[in-house]
Amino acid sequence: MSPGTGNSSTVVDISQLSLVFQTGDGPVHALSGIDLKIQSGEFVTLIGPSGCGKTTLLRVIADLESHTAGEIKVNGVAPEEARLQRSYGYVFQSPALYPWRTVEQNVSLPLEIMGRPKAERRELARHYLELVNLTGFDGKYPWQLSGGMQQRVSIARALSLEAELLLMDEPFGALDEITRDHLNEQLLRLWEKTSKTIVFVTHSIPEAVFLSTRIVVMSPRPGRVIDVIDCNLPTNRALEVRESPEFLQIAHQVREGLRSGHSYDDD
Amino acid sequence: MTRVRHGRIGGNAGPVTVISLALILIWYLGAVYLNSAQLIDRYQKNDVDWTLSQLALDSWSMDRAVLPAPHQVAAELKKSMIDTKVTSKRSLVFHAWVTLSSTLLGFLFGTVLGITLAIGIVTVRTLDQSLMPWIIASQTVPILAIAPMIIVVLGSIGITGLVPKSMISMYLCFFPVTVGMVKGLRSPDPILLDLMKTYNGGHSQVLLKLRFPAAIPYLFASLKVGIALSVVGAIVAELPTGAQGGLGARLLVGSYYGQVNMIWAALITASALSALLVSLIGVIQRLAVWRIRGMQPMEAR
Repeated sequence: MSPGTGNSSTVVDISQLSLVFQTGDGPVHALSGIDLKIQSGEFVTLIGPSGCGKTTLLRVIADLESHTAGEIKVNGVAPEEARLQRSYGYVFQSPALYPWRTVEQNVSLPLEIMGRPKAERRELARHYLELVNLTGFDGKYPWQLSGGMQQRVSIARALSLEAELLLMDEPFGALDEITRDHLNEQLLRLWEKTSKTIVFVTHSIPEAVFLSTRIVVMSPRPGRVIDVIDCNLPTNRALEVRESPEFLQIAHQVREGLRSGHSYDDD
Repeated sequence: MTRVRHGRIGGNAGPVTVISLALILIWYLGAVYLNSAQLIDRYQKNDVDWTLSQLALDSWSMDRAVLPAPHQVAAELKKSMIDTKVTSKRSLVFHAWVTLSSTLLGFLFGTVLGITLAIGIVTVRTLDQSLMPWIIASQTVPILAIAPMIIVVLGSIGITGLVPKSMISMYLCFFPVTVGMVKGLRSPDPILLDLMKTYNGGHSQVLLKLRFPAAIPYLFASLKVGIALSVVGAIVAELPTGAQGGLGARLLVGSYYGQVNMIWAALITASALSALLVSLIGVIQRLAVWRIRGMQPMEAR
């Protein structure tokens, strides 16, 4: 199932994980019997329709949500401990920038909380702003940037923690398609350059196939994994790869997976 | 941006002038209406024939009118503010200063108390349930009833002068500050709180770096209400204490001696003082917002 890439270590190890929300209308099975191992350096995408629990699963990995059954280890420890060790960077669906802080101050926020000295904060912030192609914008305020630029700031902010694991929850979902394509390419370059482990949530099939090394297809009610598809398109690929037969073949496979989970029924 | 602002001020000047003139006109008509009974009575006693214009002119120049005309109040204001030395006990400037100093001290106390309570309520869950009913109850007590007691109680433990007076201002001022700050401190989006959680940020850091900056706009809205209430509190505090100075004392003296013009002059001074203080907070707010948000237009928040 997982591509044995030699001496890679397991970053996220999930077995038989379930999460039940108790609501006024009775229990809701947000996640049910999830098994998933994510190796170091992988780009794993969770895809599925609304309500399939893909965001919830990401939040469980980040310890923003607690599972009710099963096991999960992040970096070999419980998610809470991993969070306390600041072992991941999280990118939300909206940029979630602090409007009263400049771009640079936003990027160095986590470093401020970690108590890093000022000179180091500045240096790291500049470095990661450069990595997301935002050199020269450090003194601007969020409202002065476009939506795509704001989301790049929030990616730089997640990178500035210098954690090996990057969790991204539909980071480009609110952007127009042209910006999204552009940011997809940039993210791919970033991943190749930094060799981080990325867990990425999306509901876009082309985005998933273009970015991932592995696609986890999920289905709602209860939220579960119905298929895991390997997806090793050539490295250094550009957007044009989306017209190649391999790409279309994988996209077809993902679509079939979604269909077999009856994911389309209620949407 | 400056051009837009100019436009807005220019656009406001017209309507503001019209409304002001209308108010003054209503005031003059009201003076005729309210003073006419007394005047007609006098005409009849002295068997004088009178016309409507005669009645109007007389009603605008009475010594002890029910409602003095605007120009009479203006004359009183000029007499007690410009023609009288500032150091004199008859100067309205002196009395306004007495009220202002107690207002500002009470405003300071009230703001500090209000912010402290709000931080407590937002950070400690039990305080939210235990404190809030008392805070609300405190505002249902008529301030006129409680003011003399506060002054007497504080006087009996040796606190006299400015502080007891400012306590009344504080009593009125802290409430909007607490309510506004609680709302402001709770205003950050859940996503921003989640973000702090992923950084393993402690309570104090969440408060300092997220909740407090987010609450600043709410704080300023509360401060505007709070400072106007502080003026009211300071004047109320001067009424029952037989204070020698202050706009409240001036109101009391005016009503003892039937000096209606004096009462109106003091009232107008008090409201002008409030308006001035409120707009001063507005200016500070603008400067602060410009500073923190890099001159972001307010609307685009």
